Amino acid sequence: MSIATYILVSLIKIVLVVFVLLTGVAYTVLLERKVVGHMQNRWGPSRVGPFGIWQPLADGLKFIFKEDLTPPYVYKPLYLLAPIISVTVALSSIAVIPFGPWINAGGVHTPLQIADVNIGLLVVLGLTSIGVYGVVLAGWSSNSKYSMLGGLRASAQMVSYEIALGLSLVGVLILSGSFSLREVVDAQSGTWFGFIPKWNFFKGQFVAFFIYIMAAYAETNRIPFDLAEAETELVAGYHTEYSSMKFAMFFMAEYANMITVACLAAVLFFGGWSGPVFGPPILRDILPVLWFVLRVFIFLFIYIWVRGTLPRFRYDQLMAFGWKFLLPLAVANTIVTALVVALR
Amino acid sequence: MHLVLFLIFGALCVGAAINLLAQKHPINSALSLIVVMGSLALLYLLLGAEFVAAIQIIVYAGAIMVLFVFVIMLLNAGEEEVLPHSSRVAVSLGVPGLILGLAIGIWVISKYAGLDRISIGGPRLLNGTESFGNPTSLAKLLFRDFLLPFEVTSVLILIAILGAVVLARREE
Repeated sequence: MSIATYILVSLIKIVLVVFVLLTGVAYTVLLERKVVGHMQNRWGPSRVGPFGIWQPLADGLKFIFKEDLTPPYVYKPLYLLAPIISVTVALSSIAVIPFGPWINAGGVHTPLQIADVNIGLLVVLGLTSIGVYGVVLAGWSSNSKYSMLGGLRASAQMVSYEIALGLSLVGVLILSGSFSLREVVDAQSGTWFGFIPKWNFFKGQFVAFFIYIMAAYAETNRIPFDLAEAETELVAGYHTEYSSMKFAMFFMAEYANMITVACLAAVLFFGGWSGPVFGPPILRDILPVLWFVLRVFIFLFIYIWVRGTLPRFRYDQLMAFGWKFLLPLAVANTIVTALVVALR
Repeated sequence: MHLVLFLIFGALCVGAAINLLAQKHPINSALSLIVVMGSLALLYLLLGAEFVAAIQIIVYAGAIMVLFVFVIMLLNAGEEEVLPHSSRVAVSLGVPGLILGLAIGIWVISKYAGLDRISIGGPRLLNGTESFGNPTSLAKLLFRDFLLPFEVTSVLILIAILGAVVLARREE
């Protein structure tokens, strides 16, 4: 494939993925409001279109027309930089996630992934680590006590749970033998006895999966770990002093992180895009992506379900949980997985 | 092409380092240091060590520098005061310039005196055929050839942690 074709194909993929991701972010917000609403025995947004379908459009318009005010006492450079870091990092980590197998579209043989780097998993972890700066700089530069405390708490929480997150994925790495996300999915193809799929979850990584899910909820600052931005505790935490588009960027970053976490869970523990494939060639290309989207949707639903159900942790409970429970459990999981693989 | 990229990333690294010294507010210095760590990761990528580059970002830029930023935030460190008769350019470029001059001098002398053939191995231990940046080679070096220094370094870090805890503890 020539370099010009490669660049063109990559550009098309980037545009498609970003478009789908941003639409997904907007509609995940709607999904959350509807699901949480129904769990609380009320309709969510239902006025703006049939079943509230155009609500995200109305929200977007509202954000655009709101006054974008910058308080005079903030430290301007970092105040403006923080949402940029948050949203850039959140939208970038989708680049290494594989959505489907190699396809032949219009004579071009290309993978359904923007960048198949051989350290894909580390790229996601690295971007999550940089995302902490969005939070900590927002909290500090806003020059107000709620923001400062919220920012400190949120970033301490994110740094602590990053370790458990990374360690829980080492078991998956040992089983797959590679950091590249596409190879992790390929190592999960096939079935035992013809019907139990060889997903990493069934290969013994169920403990790792639960550690990953809990650490990911803490990384994305979602209930039950959302003390840093809880309305009853800290006004709005690190994004108190932000209005209109900059606040919308933090919001987008949070939901984009949720979607990335759900995609990673599908790729690392549940076989990515494996599922029955049948029919004419065009259907054969699209069905794996649909199976992938089904998994992502299930994980997003679980995210929202947990949000509607659980109360939030107190801060000391949260830190103790991360350091004294999840971290030793993740280390134990690593040791057991390594022993099993070494003695096989 | 390789040289051009190296010069760009090297210039970014040195520029960020000089900016670190030249800034008055410590938070700007910390952010410049993050840019230095990032450009080091880019230089590792140029060498073909993608695993080391990713780990550099995750550990250095993503965890250690966050702790630096925490300290600056919590101590509410203010802007640096400039003494009336000193020149900031001399202070920020003087000491690094001196060290750079010394380093270049030592390198030139050692090259001409033939003293630069001493090395501990590393890439040469891998027969020079495998790349040295991927996890497998790194694991071989760290856990097989240099196992004792690795374990001793862990104990050293543990001692540092214990010292920090003792020093920072409130008197009961």
